[in-house]
Amino acid sequence: MSADFLYTVEVILNGLMAGVMYSLVALGFVLIFKASGIFNYAQGVMALFAAMTLVGIQTGQIPFAHLINAVFGTDVHHFGWQVPAFFAIILTVAVMVLFAIIVEKYILHHLVNQEPIILFMATIGLAYFMEGFGDIMWGSEIKTMDVGIPSGGSLWLEEYTVGWAAEGERYWGMYIDKLDMVATAVAIILVVSLTLFSQYTKTGRALRAVADDHQAALSVGISLRAIWVIVWSIAGFVALVAGIMWGAKSGVQFSLSLIALKALPVLMLGGFTSIPGAIIGGLIIGVGEKLFEFAVGPMIGGATENWFAYVLALMFLVFRPQGLFGEKIIERV
Amino acid sequence: MKIKQLATVALTTLAVSAPVAADLVFPSLSYRTGPYAAGGTPVADGYADYFTLLNQRDGGIGGVMTSVPECETGYNTAKGVECYESTKGDGALVYMPLSTGITYQLIPKVTADDIPLVTTGYGRTSAANGAVFSHVFNFPANYWAGASRIINSIMDEAGGDISGKNIALVYHNSGYGKEPIPTLKALAEKHNFNLTLIPVDHPGQEQKSQWLQIRRERPDNIIMYGWGVMNQVALQEAANIRYPMDQMYGIWWSVTENDKLEGMGSHGYKGATFHNVGTDYPIFSDLQKYVVDAGLAAGDGSNVGTVLYNRGLYGAMLAAEAAKTAQAMFGVKDITSGQMRDAFEALDITAEVMAAAGMPNFGPAFKVSCANHGGPGLAGIQQWDGKAQEWKLIGDFEAPDMDVIAPLIKADSEAYAKENNITPRDC
Amino acid sequence: MFYRESGDFKKTYQDDSQTFPIKFDRRRYYVVMAIAFLVLPMFMTDYFANAMMIPFLVWAIAALGLNILVGYCGQLSLGTGGFMAVGAYATYKLMTSFPGMDMFSVVLLSGFVTALVGMIFGLPSLRIKGFYLAVATLAAQFFLVWLLNKVPWFYNYSASGQITAPERSIFGIIITGPHASPITGYLFCLILAVGLAWVARNLTRGRLGRSWMAIRDMDIAAEIIGVNPLMAKLSAFAVSSFFVGVAGSLFFSVYLGAAEVTEAFSINVSFAVLFMVIIGGLGSIFGSFVGAAFMVLMPVLLKNILVGGFGWPTDLAAHLEFIIVGALIVIFLIVEPHGLAQMARVLKEKLRLWPFPH
Repeated sequence: MSADFLYTVEVILNGLMAGVMYSLVALGFVLIFKASGIFNYAQGVMALFAAMTLVGIQTGQIPFAHLINAVFGTDVHHFGWQVPAFFAIILTVAVMVLFAIIVEKYILHHLVNQEPIILFMATIGLAYFMEGFGDIMWGSEIKTMDVGIPSGGSLWLEEYTVGWAAEGERYWGMYIDKLDMVATAVAIILVVSLTLFSQYTKTGRALRAVADDHQAALSVGISLRAIWVIVWSIAGFVALVAGIMWGAKSGVQFSLSLIALKALPVLMLGGFTSIPGAIIGGLIIGVGEKLFEFAVGPMIGGATENWFAYVLALMFLVFRPQGLFGEKIIERV
Repeated sequence: MKIKQLATVALTTLAVSAPVAADLVFPSLSYRTGPYAAGGTPVADGYADYFTLLNQRDGGIGGVMTSVPECETGYNTAKGVECYESTKGDGALVYMPLSTGITYQLIPKVTADDIPLVTTGYGRTSAANGAVFSHVFNFPANYWAGASRIINSIMDEAGGDISGKNIALVYHNSGYGKEPIPTLKALAEKHNFNLTLIPVDHPGQEQKSQWLQIRRERPDNIIMYGWGVMNQVALQEAANIRYPMDQMYGIWWSVTENDKLEGMGSHGYKGATFHNVGTDYPIFSDLQKYVVDAGLAAGDGSNVGTVLYNRGLYGAMLAAEAAKTAQAMFGVKDITSGQMRDAFEALDITAEVMAAAGMPNFGPAFKVSCANHGGPGLAGIQQWDGKAQEWKLIGDFEAPDMDVIAPLIKADSEAYAKENNITPRDC
Repeated sequence: MFYRESGDFKKTYQDDSQTFPIKFDRRRYYVVMAIAFLVLPMFMTDYFANAMMIPFLVWAIAALGLNILVGYCGQLSLGTGGFMAVGAYATYKLMTSFPGMDMFSVVLLSGFVTALVGMIFGLPSLRIKGFYLAVATLAAQFFLVWLLNKVPWFYNYSASGQITAPERSIFGIIITGPHASPITGYLFCLILAVGLAWVARNLTRGRLGRSWMAIRDMDIAAEIIGVNPLMAKLSAFAVSSFFVGVAGSLFFSVYLGAAEVTEAFSINVSFAVLFMVIIGGLGSIFGSFVGAAFMVLMPVLLKNILVGGFGWPTDLAAHLEFIIVGALIVIFLIVEPHGLAQMARVLKEKLRLWPFPH
């Protein structure tokens, strides 16, 4: 096989993996949009907050240490213990559930039946709030995410594939990051369990009922408030997973909240209301932008990925205005 | 932070809002929040701590106390305007904005307001031409000098000949990252190496394409001009594709304590620097005694001795030395910003001056003149030691290839002068 | 207590359709104008102008523009930052290519350039609606920023891609550059802001504005009664982009003085303008000004209280600022989802009826 072909395959595979990483973020958006019609801008900040909380608990950081020190003149930073990753994750999930309850009680509850743009705005306010709150709680320095996920290129794969290229060509074997493989596995488990949950459990059915029609769901005795808490908790959990995966790449720091921007074209492409759409949209965006950067990027100066993802999604939308898997928009006068 | 310090901070801020003419004011436009907080915090700490030390140990500069009103920019140019306008009226002597964007915006303003602007190792490189940029100083080294110094180091390792080599520049796709491109292009022509440009868009969380390209092309060396999260992701990806770390060079904003991997992951990673590393200087025991132990440290004191902290310290030292020079030149204690500017132009940092400040051989010795606001551009090379978990200086402060840089500086500054109707001064 | 009305005594159509039908409001409007044009310049300092009033006016123009698109025509857009960048770079190119051109022409021409670009990026709105459109306009945001950063012609081939506004004037009065006095910069922005607000007000109550609102309320129904959606949507994009372009032009030339496209016109700018529009009130000219005032002046005020007044460390204060602004946004939305303008409207209705509310 020619090296060019193998490189193209490599770019496609890595694009697929990158797409999975985008999907992880997009999933959280879809869950909330489906259940409550809210475009949750705070999803990225939630991922940052969840990751910060996880690292903070794991390393035994004292929450609000900076504030406490400034007000009381103390000099405290750490409890001096380490929490194993597994327990830290469980504790973080508990924090995210608590967060969901607070959001429902103090924000959503008061904004029932408002227009989508108002709800969107409220989540932006929430994002602002959490940005400041997270930094005060855990500090703004870069933290290392260490929950035992392997990273680095897979040696085995490289050695296995290195002979595939024709003799004399510059080829060094197929490269795939182990972290990406883990992320893919996690994403598959996540999607399968989310699908099972929504298809086969009572709560799951209630969730779908609410997504279909709020009022009808209310009238058959489904508690909207409980459902919203559950949905936001699940979204918080998905945010935590996304935070762990992205945090393992770049360290946990402010920029983690910007991954939301990577998820928006995915959402647009896959449709705001479809979980499989989030995954497939992610894959298309991932492959599309990587291939474009690989093939066209060098000619026009590179760094095309940011806008190309949006343009790609835009092109799809012109033909399918509701996204690939979105519910068909029916308009009546 | 102790209550006492809180009180001092409160008092100084109050003092600033009602300016006391007796203070020498060195405003600090810092960023402790936002995407680059992890980089901005240590620099601001170092800058503030040096002046606290002068106040505590020597009673200020020449008997006049100093104050460092801090203003949070968040690396945002609009907030930078607010910060500049809110602090300039209090007798600000010098600005060090720590952001390329804010620097560009302040260049015309400080010139009109007669306040010097000092950008150590960042900002507008062509500001080295003092004839055009009367109030801007970018000693001891600038981005072009850094790029040239890195190429020199690569040449040294290759035995003086790098023709035919492939060198890739991985850069932050912004004004800062694009700065070295003209220099590197000129150098590539001179030394016959191939330059590949690989931009990374802000923030730089996802760099798979870039590093797959690097893996395919296997450049002999990588030069990185990154900042913020881009650095950490790039190092991680470099380690993932098992790129040899000792062939990778960063500019000084990409070689800090934030830019390393766990354990031996980034062992051997190199970078240019214009000041020394570590805490092996007399000043650090004074800092411990007068500032940290007295509970007066800015921040929580955990940054003392890191690369960026040292950079803040170094900048503060230069500003303080200029203030001393101004006091000596004009024979007054309460100097004005205009006198400060003249002092910067006459600044002569010798080995003795640095030793007297408790920082022997901390940076290169250099001299500023009316025509040359950039100094000789001496830069050293530092390397990450994964075993000792610290940066070490491995290459001395050496001059860059001025034959290449000087014409570029001249061309760029003249274009600026023409665009803005500035008649260059006679120097 | 302010209003002394005892009934509706309008005799002509003109009376009925004027902008301020109540005499008291009309007088108050003249007073506000008089203060803005005559009194404020007397107290203008560098800080007051450059950190508060000029950014307030510039953002208000941008918010007006976006409000036309989102509030009147119902097309959600997040491309504002990109369009402002177009305005800024057009200004830079005009200023450096034609040094003799006066600033009014420069700013208005930049607005027209932006209007053209805005129309091109408005085309997808014919197919795509709601949040899908919002995300689609992000394509404009990212592409324009990338383009302006990538093509050296836009920044005259300077090494770093930063653009700096040279000194330019009108009738010999310096408007831009470091030697401009804060008063002229402020007045220049004020004249444009008031003029554009007047244009916006008259456009929105005319035929064009009504066709926008018909599209906003239900585009299919509007089409059936004979509103051409192509014309209505594209004209909304054009007018909106013109305003945004003017704002971008002033943002670069009068306010910042130098800019770099990736930093000054990032996605955050798009979001910031959208906040202003929603916080101020969708479909309200007054709301655009209030929203801009809230988002510009609030952080400055908080900073001065927390850092200047209480002496908190700057980083804590900055984080608290985020928390407070975020909490205020949520609280405002809960109290009055239709923005500050609606709050003012409700208050006015109450005052008009006071003290006999029934």
